[in-house]
Amino acid sequence: MLEHVVNGLVLGGTYALVAMGLTIQYGIARIMNLGFGDTIIAACFATFVLFTTLSINPTVALLILVPAGYLISDVIYRVIMKPLVARAPDEGALEVDSILVTFGLLFVIQGVLLTLFGGGYTSYTFLNTPVNVLGSVVAANRLLAFVLSLVIGGVLVVVLFRTRWGMILRAVALAPKSAPLFGIDTDRAARTAFAIGGAMAATGGVVVSMFQTFTATAGVVFTMKALIVVILGGKGSVPGAVVAGLLLGLVETFVAAYIDPGLTLAAVYTVFLALLLVRPNGIFGKA
Amino acid sequence: MKNSLSKAARRARRLTTCAVAALALAVGVIGVEAQARDKVTFGYAISKSGPNAGGADMTVTPNYELWVKEVNDAGGLKMPDGSRLPIEVIVYDDRSSAEEVVRAVERLATQDKVDFILPPWGTGFNLAVAPLMSKFGYPHLAGAAVTDKAPDFVKRWDTSFWFMGGSVDYTAAFADVLIAEREAGRINGKIAMISVADGFGIDLVKAARETFEKAGFEVSYDKTFPPQTSDFSTILSEAANTKADTFVAFSYPPHTFALTKQAKVSSFSPPVFYLGVGAGFPIYPKIAGGSVEGVMSLGGIDPNNKLNSDYRAKHEEVIGRAPDYWGSVLIYASLQMLEQSIERVGLDKAAVAKELSSGTFSTVLGAETRLENNQLRAINWVGQWQDGQFVAVSAKGGAGTAAVKLPKPGWD
Repeated sequence: MLEHVVNGLVLGGTYALVAMGLTIQYGIARIMNLGFGDTIIAACFATFVLFTTLSINPTVALLILVPAGYLISDVIYRVIMKPLVARAPDEGALEVDSILVTFGLLFVIQGVLLTLFGGGYTSYTFLNTPVNVLGSVVAANRLLAFVLSLVIGGVLVVVLFRTRWGMILRAVALAPKSAPLFGIDTDRAARTAFAIGGAMAATGGVVVSMFQTFTATAGVVFTMKALIVVILGGKGSVPGAVVAGLLLGLVETFVAAYIDPGLTLAAVYTVFLALLLVRPNGIFGKA
Repeated sequence: MKNSLSKAARRARRLTTCAVAALALAVGVIGVEAQARDKVTFGYAISKSGPNAGGADMTVTPNYELWVKEVNDAGGLKMPDGSRLPIEVIVYDDRSSAEEVVRAVERLATQDKVDFILPPWGTGFNLAVAPLMSKFGYPHLAGAAVTDKAPDFVKRWDTSFWFMGGSVDYTAAFADVLIAEREAGRINGKIAMISVADGFGIDLVKAARETFEKAGFEVSYDKTFPPQTSDFSTILSEAANTKADTFVAFSYPPHTFALTKQAKVSSFSPPVFYLGVGAGFPIYPKIAGGSVEGVMSLGGIDPNNKLNSDYRAKHEEVIGRAPDYWGSVLIYASLQMLEQSIERVGLDKAAVAKELSSGTFSTVLGAETRLENNQLRAINWVGQWQDGQFVAVSAKGGAGTAAVKLPKPGWD
């Protein structure tokens, strides 16, 4: 029993980690980034290259790739997203436009990765050592993902709710039209949020690459999972993403252990549907 | 009356002249075309993107590229008259979609009018294109496709050829190894088995259930998992709880790699550890951190077969990486057979198909490779990592196979 709880939380940590970036991009910048999973995969490949050719430890690679993810996302926002934001008459239009544009972005990133690395399976081994947690054995790399998701989630919550900067971001998320009346630069806030999301995708990619086999075209799986977690947790809510991610991890593990591993996907979608029936805006969503 | 008669005769004459002229022109064009043939066109649709891209990129595409390069470097395909024609290739990405692969093959046959079509990757996709290949009369050398129904398919599509055997072949050969081990008292009669809920896993596990039951084994854990599964810690701990000495996973590469890593972490190392696709990939030892000794899977090679080791060296030289230890060599051999058939009978598709089903060929599999009822039967069914190579094994060894070495040592 305890073993399954530990395994479920560790698995859920990964889900939470990859979903937090998407929830910030969606909630604050109002951009439904369908290329999110491919950004994660790009980070996976970058980590792989750093590790195998330059022997750079993936934990050290975090220090390179997370800022890189931030900067690249910042540029993407300035070049591709800003014109959309500028011309969108309302939030709904921006969401639809951003879905279309990032759908294109998905294929651009995928195409570049396919050209550079081909379609083959890529994997390496790092930190695949057993760690004893409350009597059950988990892999150190997955534990790292869990710890990182809690730490990053915690830091983000503190920043969003306890700093002025976080308040500005929240103001933009809550009332994008009224925020400028208080002297808030909404464009800058949205850009920052989008870039933070990119940095989180890079973090997720680095960690995921430590334990999972990836291919250039596997991004859509991550986008799907992250999307479920984001909607389940309530869009834009970082605590929601963490809770929903951990919840999904627990559900999958318990179903695999006590019912049937074949029903894990079905269980995830059942929870998804059931929760949305009760709380249409997600666990932490505003009604 | 006379006038109209003569008019009719004139008209008939003119028509005849036109017809003769048209015929002459047509023959001339064909003649010109035959004379002007300066290449042979091959086409194929393969998964360059989507979930099948990984498997196609490992087993099929590199061999197509290697073979075309080798043939063209030698001056082209040899024709019966001794002349050589270079190969030109048209490639489409099927994006791992069954509709797309069918559309692409239809296009190759009707619009591009290629001389030969090479098959796509995967059992499902080969079945999807089989009716089309047969309809247009193309020899269908289904390489990366495992199916028990090959004997039926051969009846239905007589220009189809199946190179990878059926699920029952693999599970029966594996059961023979297990029976010998059980009789020697090295393993108990329990098997824990998992399978991916997708083409390969469904097919293999169906055959395995029957085979294991017939062999008197108790399948103490038998679960399927969705293809998206990436975490196997729970499944492995449940399997370990059943105290089975044999663990079997009919898995695709991402699962195979994840299972290996997870089994290492949880020190799960039963005497028999058998995994699906991916365990025979050259990158597997790196993924397992080097400790792959004793891991079993489908396929395997005979390290003493010089033809095979030459092929492996050539593959590594041209493609930049080694081929896998299961399907690659079969795909390459099927291309060699096609090449030799063309050399013997020319570019007529029906004649090539006939030659393929009745001829004897010299391939990387051996100097006398031939098909039985359009199927390749002389292939390796069970492999095991032994001293850094994934070798073909059987219970006692012999006939190109090594003796199996069990129990599998621990992971470190």
